[in-house]
Amino acid sequence: MLDLKNITAGYERGRPVVREVSLAVAPGEAVGLLGPSGCGKSTLARVAALLHRPDNGTVTLDGALVTEWRHRAPRAQRTTVGVVFQSPRLAADPRLRLREIVAEPLRATGRQIEVRERVDELADLVGLGGDLLNRRPHEVSDGQLQRACLARALVLRPRLLVCDEMTAMLDASTTAALVAAVERYRRETTASLLAVGHDRTLLERWCDRAAEWTELSG
Amino acid sequence: MADTVWRTHGRTRRSTRTLRVRASAVILVAAVLAVLLVPPLVHLDQQAVDLSQKLLPPSWEHPFGTDDVGRDLLLRCVYGLRISLLVGVVAALVATVVGTLVGAAAAALGGWTDRLVMRLVDVFSSVPHLLLGIFVVAMFRPGVWPVIASVAVTHWLSTARIVRAEVLSLRSRPYIDAAISGGASRLRVTTRHLLPGVLPQAGLAAVLMVPHAMWHESALSFLGLGLPSHQASLGNLVQSARGSLLAGDWWPTLFPGLLLIVPTLAVAGLAGAWRERLDPRRRSELML
Repeated sequence: MLDLKNITAGYERGRPVVREVSLAVAPGEAVGLLGPSGCGKSTLARVAALLHRPDNGTVTLDGALVTEWRHRAPRAQRTTVGVVFQSPRLAADPRLRLREIVAEPLRATGRQIEVRERVDELADLVGLGGDLLNRRPHEVSDGQLQRACLARALVLRPRLLVCDEMTAMLDASTTAALVAAVERYRRETTASLLAVGHDRTLLERWCDRAAEWTELSG
Repeated sequence: MADTVWRTHGRTRRSTRTLRVRASAVILVAAVLAVLLVPPLVHLDQQAVDLSQKLLPPSWEHPFGTDDVGRDLLLRCVYGLRISLLVGVVAALVATVVGTLVGAAAAALGGWTDRLVMRLVDVFSSVPHLLLGIFVVAMFRPGVWPVIASVAVTHWLSTARIVRAEVLSLRSRPYIDAAISGGASRLRVTTRHLLPGVLPQAGLAAVLMVPHAMWHESALSFLGLGLPSHQASLGNLVQSARGSLLAGDWWPTLFPGLLLIVPTLAVAGLAGAWRERLDPRRRSELML
């Protein structure tokens, strides 16, 4: 599904954050990536989500070699990967209602017709009930907003979901609910998962295998 | 909602702030109504010369006095404000739209486009803008449109800079990453997430630019390069009153001058309040 080979990536020339890291996620597999904060695992997650061009190394997604990143990547390839970030506050446009946030990928890819049905379906999946969908980000809690962000990541039915510290800012019950929602989605679609985090207990129970950051570098 | 947040100065400061905002609003509404309603409703010729009435001080018959060829200054001032406001509003609008588009495009496209456009902005900014404005009006016959063009051409630069900086800071937010991952095109990201984020700033810049543009019109007209001298504009009125000022006749200079200063302060008062609403934390720096 996803094959990262000898990835070197960073934000400044000559100062890589990620050095020669390799990681593979098989179809349908759930891989946890464990590492201390600041080690570069979020950067690797961004590379996997085609949001950050690595300085070196190859990314293979669904058997196809990735040659372009961000806007330049073909839309079909970009939307193969869904991504959930650590902070829902920063990951949601403060001007949009939760309903619009979830529907945005459908609108952006010209699939307006599916909006109503799909948004209701996902609100049910992630547990966003009542009038929450009609509120704006500042009117809901972090947990509720992260549920919307997960719904947005799943709305285009990605075959790989990248969760970058998805539950780091949430309480235990919301964490359990979000993980359960991800697992339900994966059961229905056999999608793969790359969960990045530092919570060993969580990742070892959630994923098929948990990879240690220090063991990935070649 | 707005009056429940932030109360750093206690009640007394707040009430003067409210008073200032209300006074500014009243002044601006009165000015706009005057320039819109007087010309169609009052059938007096602002150009009517009456040499027997020349340079009369303010009286009941001529509240602002008369000028050196006996024209009523109140009427001339209203017509002058009309032209100056028209120039100010249109030039500010054009400058803001151009500045926003250029700034947003430079930031959204990035790379060499951004560098090229911003170096161009630097080159334009390195020329004093009154000089550049004079250069533009000098290419055309005196009239309203060359003045508007000259003010607009010289004023989109600062808006472009503001908008570019704002878009750059928005562009690095994770929600833009999320949009890209959700398949949004560059255009979609710009129109859906970036532009709505900078519009309040751009709107504020536009409002603040109106008085600035009026002053530019006045400066150009005062130098004799702006509007044709028979046309009443605030700059032309001050310019033609210079001679009589030396003879001790203060009214032909004072009233057009006040009509330039008072609406400027009123716009600043309203814009200050608006800016406080955009960012209440920076309130103290913005008191005017």
